[in-house]
Amino acid sequence: MTSDSHGHDREHDAHDDDVQEHRGHDAPLTDVELRVRAVESLLIDKGLVDPAALDALVDTYETKVGPRNGAKIVARAWVDPAYRQRLLDDGSAAAVELGFEAAESEQLVVVANTPQVHNLVVCTLCSCYPWAVLGLPPVWYKSNAYRARAVIDPRGVLAELGLQVPPDREVRVWDSTSEVRYLVLPEQPAGTDGWPEERLAELVTRDAMIGVAAVSDRVTAP
Amino acid sequence: MNGVHDLGGMHGFGPVEIERNEPVFHAAWERRVFAMLVAVRKAGHWNVDQSRFAREKMPPVDYLASSYYQRWLYGFQSLLDQKGLVSRAEVAARIDDPASRFERLPDALPAVTVDDLQSPSGPDASKSDADVAPRFRVGERVMARLIQPLGHTRLPRYARGRRGTVIRDHGVWVLPDSSASGLGPNPQHCYGVRFAARELWGDAASAGDSVHVDLWDDHLEPG
Repeated sequence: MTSDSHGHDREHDAHDDDVQEHRGHDAPLTDVELRVRAVESLLIDKGLVDPAALDALVDTYETKVGPRNGAKIVARAWVDPAYRQRLLDDGSAAAVELGFEAAESEQLVVVANTPQVHNLVVCTLCSCYPWAVLGLPPVWYKSNAYRARAVIDPRGVLAELGLQVPPDREVRVWDSTSEVRYLVLPEQPAGTDGWPEERLAELVTRDAMIGVAAVSDRVTAP
Repeated sequence: MNGVHDLGGMHGFGPVEIERNEPVFHAAWERRVFAMLVAVRKAGHWNVDQSRFAREKMPPVDYLASSYYQRWLYGFQSLLDQKGLVSRAEVAARIDDPASRFERLPDALPAVTVDDLQSPSGPDASKSDADVAPRFRVGERVMARLIQPLGHTRLPRYARGRRGTVIRDHGVWVLPDSSASGLGPNPQHCYGVRFAARELWGDAASAGDSVHVDLWDDHLEPG
């Protein structure tokens, strides 16, 4: 078994844990569930966490903060050239204009795709990701495979994911080694000029804002 | 440290597989680990660099085989133990007995509240307003130092000893290599540095491609 398939199996174990929780009260808890419960109950007993704050954090990242935030930024940049310039000059300030402020000490830098340049974002050392505008990162972004390969073989990774970058188009990879967070401003798809901003935002996917997909003129997931 | 977390450029991990319609969390325990770690760190018990360093110290075989939130849980428990907040013995006892005894912490920092979550920056802010002059300017050629730090560093192995160009000055930031080890903030400029793909990986890389790495003054020398 390769390390990757091992890691992948572990992700499936996580699914199994979830299934187990819904199987009923008789099913024994897994080791990790028992450990997490023990840690949480100790933190509460000692006054180190407020359970209401924990629930609020989960709710924020599960229902409020996500790729729709980034999609609104991208769509605004497509319809408003002055906003696009402000976004490229100071990503954090332009995101705050639309109400998306980073919860941590971070700085947002937005890099624009053009016919000559394709941008791709990774964090090889951990899994840094622009939470404020994309929410929490997907499993593939955090995988050993993506972190290992995005810097050495970006074109191979992109081709596997269905994006062929022509040889004369430059690929720029952004390794998120600091508290700077990167967001890709994808190209607006042909044939969508004049569309209302809200409709354009529906086209913009998480993967396009990481740089592993192009934006299509049809709504796709994720 | 030259750990397995420094994955950039490694082979053998197989394809990148995107899960369609992926949920934010894959299990209920992941939600709790996420929220606990964010809340405790925001309260100021440790900084983001110590958080990352704690995960990097996971035994390498376990690190590679673990999911993201398993790594978080490992680092979280290490720091809770190290800072004297929740010991490993207390956790073991609590797993066996939900009513197990625990050591009270009369002087602990207050827990973050729902209101505290609205404030954009916790006490661990990495951005610095220290007045420090930059050692390099945009457009200047630099070389990432060829060093093998035993502690935490944000200089990945694949960039060490390689030459690039400063393309952006991000301003003054805490140096993670220093703050992760409790050696103080050591604020200095952090830069976006562009490395040609061929400088990093050799002639098989595409001629025009590049990899950008954010590096601090201490990571760089004139190139």
